[in-house]
Amino acid sequence: MAKTEPGPHNFVFGNYAPAPESKDHFKIKKSYDLFIGGKWVKASKKFETINPATGEVIAKVGEAGKKEVGQAVKAARKAFEGEWGQLSGAERGKYLFRIARLIQERSRELAVVESMDGGKPIRESRDVDIPLVAAHFFYHAGWADKLDYAFPGVKPKPLGVVGQVIPWNFPLLMAAWKIAPALACGNTVVLKPAETTPLTALKLAEIFEDAGLPPGTVNIVTGAGETGQALIEHPDVDKVAFTGSTAVGKAIRRAIAGTDKKFTLELGGKAANIVFEDAPINEAVEGILNGIFFNQGHVCCAGSRLFVQESIADKVIKKLKKRMETLIVGDPLDKNTDIGAINSAEQLERIKALVKAGEREGACIWQPEGRLPRKGNWFKPTLFTECAQSHRIVQEEIFGPVLAIQTFRTPQEALEKANNTPYGLSGGVWTDKGSKIFKMTTGLKAGVVWANTFNKFDPTSPFGGYKESGIGREGGVHGLAAYLNF
Amino acid sequence: MKAGVLNFPDRRESPTIDQVGVEERAKRFCARSIKKGTKMSALKLAVTMLDVTTLEGADSVGKVRQMCQKAMQPLPGDPSVGPAAAVCVYPRMVKTAAKAVEGSSVLVASVATQFPSGQMRLKERLAEVRYAVGEGADEIDMVISRGQFLQGEYRAIFDEVAACKEACGGAHLKVILETGELTTYDNVRWASDIAIAAGADFIKTSTGKVPIAATLPVTLVMLQAIEDHYDRTGKMVGMKPAGGISNAKLAIQYLVMVREVLGEKWLTNKWFRFGASSLTNDLLMQIRKQETGRYQSGDYFTKD
Repeated sequence: MAKTEPGPHNFVFGNYAPAPESKDHFKIKKSYDLFIGGKWVKASKKFETINPATGEVIAKVGEAGKKEVGQAVKAARKAFEGEWGQLSGAERGKYLFRIARLIQERSRELAVVESMDGGKPIRESRDVDIPLVAAHFFYHAGWADKLDYAFPGVKPKPLGVVGQVIPWNFPLLMAAWKIAPALACGNTVVLKPAETTPLTALKLAEIFEDAGLPPGTVNIVTGAGETGQALIEHPDVDKVAFTGSTAVGKAIRRAIAGTDKKFTLELGGKAANIVFEDAPINEAVEGILNGIFFNQGHVCCAGSRLFVQESIADKVIKKLKKRMETLIVGDPLDKNTDIGAINSAEQLERIKALVKAGEREGACIWQPEGRLPRKGNWFKPTLFTECAQSHRIVQEEIFGPVLAIQTFRTPQEALEKANNTPYGLSGGVWTDKGSKIFKMTTGLKAGVVWANTFNKFDPTSPFGGYKESGIGREGGVHGLAAYLNF
Repeated sequence: MKAGVLNFPDRRESPTIDQVGVEERAKRFCARSIKKGTKMSALKLAVTMLDVTTLEGADSVGKVRQMCQKAMQPLPGDPSVGPAAAVCVYPRMVKTAAKAVEGSSVLVASVATQFPSGQMRLKERLAEVRYAVGEGADEIDMVISRGQFLQGEYRAIFDEVAACKEACGGAHLKVILETGELTTYDNVRWASDIAIAAGADFIKTSTGKVPIAATLPVTLVMLQAIEDHYDRTGKMVGMKPAGGISNAKLAIQYLVMVREVLGEKWLTNKWFRFGASSLTNDLLMQIRKQETGRYQSGDYFTKD
């Protein structure tokens, strides 16, 4: 494990010289209000959002209470019954195209803010998150005037006011996943970003202002769990869309039981990444790393369980360890950083507790050499060998850079173990044999399955889970259906 | 397995390559941002890894002598830059080159074995190797018979490499796979494994005489073959991408890849070379840029 730090930077012997992305080309305000009805509305309380890599406060952000959430829902209702609701699909599409282009224009700023607020490496926010954000708006802009063709003969109608609650792992991307299809289908939105990562959603509100989006079409209320609860329980919300933990997802279903609110839930996961002996091994090793260390493992579809065929297990583990030694952990804004900061102190504690449980239960822990930065929240990329199905690190979602490795002997055994989990969000299969790919991918009970790759996302492709990983799909035509009445 | 006995490799040890995956990984190296002291030392390192090359029908004694001078002293007046690792010429020019670089650390590499096509009987190709070594070549850059490889005659490739190695005597053998003609990454990997097993000291991508020469992903596949061989046997094999590496930025991306795949042990001209002709002056220009903060006119760099 390497790290960017001061010292000699000889190419052969030293670490790479620091290459920080600059942050002097934009401004973050000291304090942000709530975005309601096209205006910035003061909240009675404020909370601080912190840079997880340094522990420094970046800005103060409004904490929306019941009253402000009520105002936001009212503004959304007014827009639905007023200007936004009256627009044709083609006109809605124009707004979405405009938003997509503005996102591209401000992509550098958005990437830097995302990395500062959430701790993810700039390489990922710049090359993955923000391009996908724009792609989602572009894709759904195209659908806005073609809904009758997406669902022929059934006259699709918008639902009304949609309450959306999103997580902190992909703050702006999750906002795009939620807002873009909702608007394309003619709904209005009240969005609550996660309390540790509210800034890019507020920047997005600025973009909505610049795009001239009719007031109230999208309202952004920042706050913690209580704000989200107020939004979900508000009687004038027609649909709830949530991405986050399975525990909160269950609470949401209880809260809306007995109402006629529609809902989509995208929850936790414990994906199995299955590597056969005929796999392209070097690329599989990259895919395993990408599967578990992408975004510090803060990914609901992370490939956190590795099943490797016993005949190649030693080779694969050796290669994994060697490759992990080269991962650069450190400043998220450094362009060479591979693994950034853990999103919050709270999440760090959760990861540490589960890793401790793994050690206690008898799995073998391995971490690369090297020191972590002193300030901020950090965790070394970690792998566990000698894992068993009964270990907590195999059963529970860690949501951190921790991989649990098990071996298998036959395809049947791999399938049985992979499916032996309450989750079912994603999975991966690595083999050179096409027939094996089809056999495994149809057998895996997971919403998204990748073959010889991992963590690939595209707005045209529906995403969502089986079992306790959620209900409903986002993206593609399936995702549109979740925002329409027929 | 007895020591000194060469064994034809087991193809099951030769993993398949996923095209999308390997190209993605190669792209990752390009995203590394190499700055300041790291950049300067990488540029200077790259100069010492150059096989300064001329392989033209028009090569003459005068041309080769001038090129040798450039290889020994890339940036006149600045001894911290260079010398290059070697000069690479046709067999007829070996004697001239050897005389020109005498007393310096610059080695003489000669292409042989009916470069660039290899379309000749093995007997004559081996004779060419012996001739070049006899003229004073320290290194031989051979080509494999791509036609035979594509016909599936893998043992013939193994045998010709082993025979060339024997003909080289004390000279180092670089084996050119001509990856642009092998076309698939799976072929490149398998050919690398055969060449390494048959005793190659270096494996090299290209002759520079076909349209598709060295690329980052092809080089990555070859580096992985070297890595796996090292893991199995503890023996190091060198790597030489050649053709198409025309600017300093790309050269640094190659070095980043070597550093992150094989480690710093390979970051010397004993184990890594660039086969290039126009790369030299761009490296020099970038070194000057790092020193002075300004780009200088091409007129300040010698064209030999």
